[in-house]
Amino acid sequence: MAWPRDDMARRAAAELRDGFYVNLGIGIPTLVSNFIPPGITVQLQSENGMLGMGPFPFEGDEDPDLINAGKQTITELSTTSYFDSAQSFGMIRGGHIDLSILGAMQVAENGDLANWMIPGRMVKGMGGAMDLVAGVKRVIVVMEHTARNQPKLLHRCTLPLTGKAVVDAVITDLGVFAIDGHGMSLIELAPGVSLDEIREKTEASFTVRPG
Amino acid sequence: MNKIYPDPRTALAGLLHDGMTIMSGGFGLCGIPELLIAAIRDSGITGLTVISNNAGIDGAGLGLLLETRQIRKMISSYVGENKLFEDLFLKGELELEFNPQGTLAERIRAGGAGIPAFFTKTGVGTLVAEGKETREFDGETYVMERGLAAELAIIHAWKADREGNLVYRKTARNFNPVMATAARVTVAEVEQLVEPGEMDPNCTHTPGIFVQRIVHGKSFEKRIEQRTVRKRDN
Repeated sequence: MAWPRDDMARRAAAELRDGFYVNLGIGIPTLVSNFIPPGITVQLQSENGMLGMGPFPFEGDEDPDLINAGKQTITELSTTSYFDSAQSFGMIRGGHIDLSILGAMQVAENGDLANWMIPGRMVKGMGGAMDLVAGVKRVIVVMEHTARNQPKLLHRCTLPLTGKAVVDAVITDLGVFAIDGHGMSLIELAPGVSLDEIREKTEASFTVRPG
Repeated sequence: MNKIYPDPRTALAGLLHDGMTIMSGGFGLCGIPELLIAAIRDSGITGLTVISNNAGIDGAGLGLLLETRQIRKMISSYVGENKLFEDLFLKGELELEFNPQGTLAERIRAGGAGIPAFFTKTGVGTLVAEGKETREFDGETYVMERGLAAELAIIHAWKADREGNLVYRKTARNFNPVMATAARVTVAEVEQLVEPGEMDPNCTHTPGIFVQRIVHGKSFEKRIEQRTVRKRDN
């Protein structure tokens, strides 16, 4: 049985450490904030200019001046700070954010990431994704293992890149992979998923750790 | 020296012409200069290059200037919320230059700070770096990006005093402060106008030197793009 979305988010949340400054992308990564382990405090960064993101507001308390990078209404915390876009990306590019969790269309075995455009289709833009993967200390991709039964973990990305050799780990519905200078390795299988199944659904070369 | 103008149209008088480059603050619809955008629409100028993180949505923000075909080119990081934008782009009626959001912000910051170019690792090895100079520093590759300036910046702030010192509110700050620094003339629409001495100078976000004209808005729509809430526990 593969991990459903919430379990993927829960598995990603296990990568959080006390005191981390974290940027969460749109989609499954956003769910990670629902599974922050007890005893751990993290500050969530929103690249439109906020550290210390709170939950959605109660009905009637929405503030048009307070949104996240997905343009959703949110709330502030007692620890919140606000800043402008240049400083926001200064903290991203400058390596001050500990962890970025984001989605992907494709990841290559060397850590190349593609998640912003499909040639021939209308391109919406990369937003802050290229800055995040270039600057944040650790980059974790959370995504479905395949798209329309085609593998998304590849030898090389076929779509235009968001960043070169930037991904440190990939969490899919089938398992967890680590990527470093030596390549990709499978470090965890989702419950009920066999090594054969994951091999069949993965184009990228990977080693299995522990052997 | 009076920086206060009675209405958006007067605040832009003498500054507008066809084919000009305008920076427009905001992120999504948050912190956009909505009154000044409407006044630019009413002015009828065309052939504009607009530097803005996003392009509004259908019927709001810069979407107004797309409806009237006043924009020739957008320099943005994300334009995904606008159907009309897509149609115009696919028909070839609109030019588009994508910048990574942080590169866009830093290009504007640099443009306002007298820095003609800088090196960043954002976008190295991607389409964004194609045709641009790259250099190695300490064993890592960086791509050169140019500073960005405009003839006019239109911005939205929460509070201003008569000197033009500005304070922004929450995440409505975003691109507004950097854009204020990077244009020959910056016009700010503000929600509150106070007398000198009423704002704490320790808390100024944009010093008045960067603001040439101020218009005190009577009412703002401040539309919410994605209204997300949680239920109250009773």
